[in-house]
Amino acid sequence: MNFVALQMLLGDRAKYLGLIFAVAFSTFLMSHQSSIFAGIMRRTTSQIMDVPDANLWVMDRKTQYFDEVKALTDDDLYRVRGVPGIEWAVPLFKGLPRAKAFDGNFRVVIMMGVDDATLVGAPRNMVLGSADDLRRPDAVIIDRVGYEFFFPGQPYELGKPLELNDHRVNIVGIYNSSAPFQNLPVFYSRYSQAVTYVGRERNQLSFVLAKAAPGVSDREASRRIEAVTGLRAATSSEFGWQTIWYYIDHTGIPINFGITIGIALVVGTIVAGQTFYIFTLENLKQFGALKAIGVTNWRITGMILLQALMVGVIGFSIGIGMTAAFFELTKNVLDLRGFSLLWQIAAGTGGTVLLIVILASLMSIRRVLVLEPAIVFRG
Amino acid sequence: MIQGVAEISPGERSPFGVLHGRFEESAVSCRRVTKEFVSGDNRTLVLRGVDFDVSFGEMTLLVGPSGCGKTTLLSVIAGLLDPTGGNISVLGQNMDELSGADSILFRRKNLGFVFQQYNLLPALTAAENAAVPLLAAGVPRKRAVDKASAMLAELGLEQRLYALPSQLSGGQQQRVALARALVHEPRLIVCDEPTSALDHETGHAVMELLTTVAVREDRAVIVVTHDSRVFDFADRIAHMDDGRIVRTEASEKAHFPATRN
Ligand SMILES: Nc1ncnc2c1ncn2[C@@H]1O[C@H](COP(=O)(O)OP(=O)(O)OP(=O)(O)O)[C@@H](O)[C@H]1O
Ligand SMILES: [Mg+2]
Repeated sequence: MNFVALQMLLGDRAKYLGLIFAVAFSTFLMSHQSSIFAGIMRRTTSQIMDVPDANLWVMDRKTQYFDEVKALTDDDLYRVRGVPGIEWAVPLFKGLPRAKAFDGNFRVVIMMGVDDATLVGAPRNMVLGSADDLRRPDAVIIDRVGYEFFFPGQPYELGKPLELNDHRVNIVGIYNSSAPFQNLPVFYSRYSQAVTYVGRERNQLSFVLAKAAPGVSDREASRRIEAVTGLRAATSSEFGWQTIWYYIDHTGIPINFGITIGIALVVGTIVAGQTFYIFTLENLKQFGALKAIGVTNWRITGMILLQALMVGVIGFSIGIGMTAAFFELTKNVLDLRGFSLLWQIAAGTGGTVLLIVILASLMSIRRVLVLEPAIVFRG
Repeated sequence: MIQGVAEISPGERSPFGVLHGRFEESAVSCRRVTKEFVSGDNRTLVLRGVDFDVSFGEMTLLVGPSGCGKTTLLSVIAGLLDPTGGNISVLGQNMDELSGADSILFRRKNLGFVFQQYNLLPALTAAENAAVPLLAAGVPRKRAVDKASAMLAELGLEQRLYALPSQLSGGQQQRVALARALVHEPRLIVCDEPTSALDHETGHAVMELLTTVAVREDRAVIVVTHDSRVFDFADRIAHMDDGRIVRTEASEKAHFPATRN
């Protein structure tokens, strides 16, 4: 009877396509919007994740997320270094100076200052040049977004000058940054140099990056740092999630995406459910005939579920394919980097679509189950 | 012959209590059957004590004025509606004794239906439509469709096996419906107004097929009809009025007089 069920569905071309469209539409919207949301949230943690060398971030106890910091003192750095079980600790500066090209083009950039001696935290994804060249005087490494902003249309080349807060700096490297939340260019220089590029503040130490000694877990190391210094210590992933939760709790972003995803869900369910119900109503006499002939309610429920599942699978495949195609087509767009279709989102959307088609078929199933087979004799 | 006759020795009972090996007195026997429809405070007594017998090897017509309860009686006999009172035995099976699931199984195995509106599935070909009772019983698709095709050929539709209902005339559709009613070799065929959507000639042809193909010594056919033009095909005509069978007359022509006992 499975074959009969599928033929029934395919036989009504208009409704079949309508159902598939509804499911594909909500699949696309849900998966696409969830992916963009996840991408934006991931972007808030980009500069944390771009530092793979150190697993521990030490900051002021009241720090809520990455982008708003209260400076630490040099003394704090020394105290972290003194915590037993800490292999090393280095300073990290983060500021927002204004960079200017000589043609007058300017932009606020994220300036990361890494430890002069060790260069811990310096970028890894070099496109041109080497992170070691940061040791040269007035050296900065800039990301592709920055380079293409300040030198539009020009081939990547090193040695170009920029002005940072009246300091002339030289580009010694170009790298691929993970996009920050606001998609600002991200520059790197040595700590001692970076602090001179921003306006004067008494303390400039944004974070202490630390690494646990071998045999000491990150959790244990951060517990010890907190006990000894009274500062807050977190692993990269803890700090990343803390930052994400800050944006979730304190911005309208999740509401915005939530509404879109919710609408996709509701509209998809209602349109699919309604179309499916009309399809069932139009076939009611046929279902009545099947019941009269001796097809059991179980079998009929199975037939309807199979029809719903078929619509779900095809609609989902089309919708998820559209989302994948979108990210595939935009993967080389610099401003959209970091956005992709995560398998978790594909799986979650699949589960939701399954729910949609089952919900959509419930009404139909109910209608057919209460159907009196005797109606087949009524004109 | 029906399935199972060879395996079951005379007098033995099948799971449905049908006696095989000899033919029961009647294919259908109704005693004081009543049916009342209740909706809210509205009660309509539609069947008011029906006594009705249908014999094997015969085509029995059920006739009477509109609204007298013919369709209701047919539905009750076929197990599509539960009677309010009285006793119905179909193919030797007391219908009261069947649970819901067993009643569906009984119907699937033993009954064939022909409806006024054909009720074919528009997306299935003629052969697939005719195969539905076999598919419902779990027969693999290929075998079911082959068997249905043979049945359609017997009804003169061998050229239209792959046609969709929308590509068939009314008479052809009713023949497909007839094939669907016969394909699983049921022992009771119930038809409600099988000719009333058809013109005279086509209706005549369908009735002819019913008498020649459907009526066999081990099978009974009940046809509800308004259509006096088909009375000639009957072995027996039961007249119904106001919820009762008021008169039954045997027609002079009988199909298997010698084989009935
Ligand atoms: N489900 C129902 N609920 C209430 N009343 C019903 C129901 N089904 C049938 N009836 C009533 O029962 C009576 C008999 O109906 P039925 O369809 O059996 O008549 P019929 O003899 O087949 O008529 P026709 O020749 O017009 O088909 C009618 O008055 C009808 O209104
Ligand atoms: Mg009727």
